[in-house]
Amino acid sequence: MGTDILQYTISGLTIGVIYAMVALGYNIIYNVTEIINFAQGEFVMLGGLFAAFFIGVLRLPIVVGFFGAVLATGLVGLVMERFVIRRAKNASVLSLIIITIALSILLKGGAMIWWGKDPHSVPAFSAGGPILVAGAAIQTQAFWVVGVSALIVIGLTVFFHRSTYGKAMLACADNPNAARMVGIPVRRMVLLSFVLSAGIGAAAGVIITPISMMEFDRGALLGLKGFGAAALGGLGSFFGALVAGAILGLAESFCAGYVSSGYKDAVALVLLLLALFFKPEGLFGSGEAAKLKRF
Amino acid sequence: MNRREWLGFLCAALFIGVFPWVVVPFKAVSHYVDVMVFAGIFSLVSLGLSMLMGFAGQISMAQAAFFGIGAYTSGILTSRFGWNPVPAMPIGMLASAAVAWLIGIPALRLKGHYLAMATLGFGVIVHIVLGEEVAWTGGPSGMSDIPRLRFGDVRITGEIAWYYIVWVTVFIGLVFCFHILRSRVGRALRAIHEEETAAESMGVPTARYKLQVFVLSAVFAALAGSFYTHYVTCLNPGSFNLMWSIRFVLMVMVGGMQSLWGAIVGTVLLTFVGNEWLQVFADFEIVIYGAILLVVALFLPGGLMSLAGRWTSAGSRTVAAPDDGGS
Repeated sequence: MGTDILQYTISGLTIGVIYAMVALGYNIIYNVTEIINFAQGEFVMLGGLFAAFFIGVLRLPIVVGFFGAVLATGLVGLVMERFVIRRAKNASVLSLIIITIALSILLKGGAMIWWGKDPHSVPAFSAGGPILVAGAAIQTQAFWVVGVSALIVIGLTVFFHRSTYGKAMLACADNPNAARMVGIPVRRMVLLSFVLSAGIGAAAGVIITPISMMEFDRGALLGLKGFGAAALGGLGSFFGALVAGAILGLAESFCAGYVSSGYKDAVALVLLLLALFFKPEGLFGSGEAAKLKRF
Repeated sequence: MNRREWLGFLCAALFIGVFPWVVVPFKAVSHYVDVMVFAGIFSLVSLGLSMLMGFAGQISMAQAAFFGIGAYTSGILTSRFGWNPVPAMPIGMLASAAVAWLIGIPALRLKGHYLAMATLGFGVIVHIVLGEEVAWTGGPSGMSDIPRLRFGDVRITGEIAWYYIVWVTVFIGLVFCFHILRSRVGRALRAIHEEETAAESMGVPTARYKLQVFVLSAVFAALAGSFYTHYVTCLNPGSFNLMWSIRFVLMVMVGGMQSLWGAIVGTVLLTFVGNEWLQVFADFEIVIYGAILLVVALFLPGGLMSLAGRWTSAGSRTVAAPDDGGS
C-alpha cells in the first residue's frame, strides 16, 4: 500500500514536471505577447520526434540529439512567429485562436507524414535498471526529467530577472508601446519568446520520450494539460506553473492507480475547467492583474 | 425577412429542391445526394455555431461534443431501450441543452482564449467519456445496428427521402435563426459582439443572451447528431473528437462567420472537400485542413461571403463591421 503511494507519487511528479514545462512555454509567449499559443503541445511532440530521428535514425550521441531537437523545434517556432503570427498582428482574438489552432494542425499533420503514425522512442539518457527506493522502482530517466527541468527553470528565472534581454521581454508584455519608446526592439522580443517557448517545449518532449514514447497526435492533450497547469498556477507565473504542474501530474497518477486508468486524461482537464470556472486568475495569480489583461 | 432575403431563400430552396434530380441520373455523381445529406446534417451544427461565433462573438471548440451527446442519446435510447427515433431526438436535444446550460454558466463568463480552452477541455472530456462508458456507448468500438428514422410504420431508408427531411429541417432552422437575428435578441447579440461592456451598460442582459445562444447552438448540434446517428446507423467516438470541433469552426469560417448563408455554403463546400475531393490525398488531408484554416484566418477573416459581398456590395447581411473585432 505504502509502496503504491510512493510509486504513484513519483510517476505523478515526473509527468507533472513535463506539464509544468509546457505551462512555462505558454507563460513565456503570454508574458511577452498576451497570446495563448494553441500549438504549444505540438512543440513537445516535435521535440520527442526530432530526438527519435537524431538519436534513433541518425545515431547521433544523446547530447547532440537533445540539442539538435531543441534547435530544430526552436526553428519551427521562429518560422511560425516570423511568417504567420507577425502577419496577424492586427487580428482579433478569435482569429489569433484560429491561427494558432491551424498551426497546430499543420504541425501535427506534418509530423504524421514525416514520422508516420507509430510511436517512436529514444533510449534512456543513462543505462541501468530502475533504482529501488522503499520498494518503489524509479527509472533513472525520471531523475533526468527532474534534473533537466530544474536547470531550465533556474536558467529561465535568471534570464528573466537578471539579464537585460529578459527584463526587456517582460517589459513588452506590460506595455508594448512604452517598451518601444525606451528602445526595446519589441518585434525581436516576440520572436525570441516563440523560439524560447518552442525550445523549452521540445526539451520537455525529449526528456519524456524515453519513458512514454512519442507519436504525432500527442500534442493536443499535452498542450491542454500544460495549459491546465498554466491556468491553475496563474497565467504568467513560473512558480505557479511548477506547483500546478505537480498537482495535475499527481492527480492524474493517483486517478490512474486507484480509480480508472481510462479516465486519467480527464482528471487534468476537469481540474482545468474547475480552475477556469472558479479561479481564473489561478492559485498564485492576482485577480486584480487578471482584470487588467487585454484578453 | 425582407424581399432580398426571400429571393435568396427561394433560389436556395429551388437549388436544393432540384439538386437530387440533376445528379441522380449521372452515375459518377449520383452519390452526391449522400454527400449532401451529410452536408445538411453538418449545416445544422454550423447554423448554431454561426449564431454563437458570428453574431454573439463567442467561440466554442466543443460543438463535436454536443453533436455527440445528441447522437449517443438517440443511439442509446433507440438501440438499447427500443425507443422510436422520433421521440428520442428531442430527448437528445434536451440532454445537450442541459449540459450546455450547466457548462455555459461558468464558461461564458470567460473570454477569448480562456473560453476557447474551456470549451476545448470540455469537448475532450466528453470524448473520453464516450470512449470509457463501454456499458452504455460501446466504448472505442462504438455501437452498430441503430434503427433508421421511422414515422409510424414508414422507415426512412432511401437517400433522397433523407435528403429532403434533412434539408427541410435546415431551412426551418435557417428561418428560425433569421427571426432571432431580426428580433430584440439579435440586436442585443450584435451589440455584445461589438462591445460587450457598452452593451451591458445600455441594459442588455449580456450573460443571459450569451448563455441562451450557447444553449441554442448545442441544441442544433444535438439535433444534427441524432440525424447523423439514424442515417449512418452506427457510432464510434472518433466522429466526435477535437478534430470535428475544429472542422465545424472551419465550416463556419470558410463561408463567413457573420452570415447564416455563409455557414451553409462553407459547410457544403467543406463536406464535399472532406468526403469527396480530399480522399485522394489520404494522409495529407489533415495538413490541407490546417492550411485552409490558416489561409482563411489570415487573409479572409470574413469568409467567402465577404468576397461575394465585395463583388455585389450587397451580399453581406446587415452587420456593420466586416471584421470580427470583439473578444
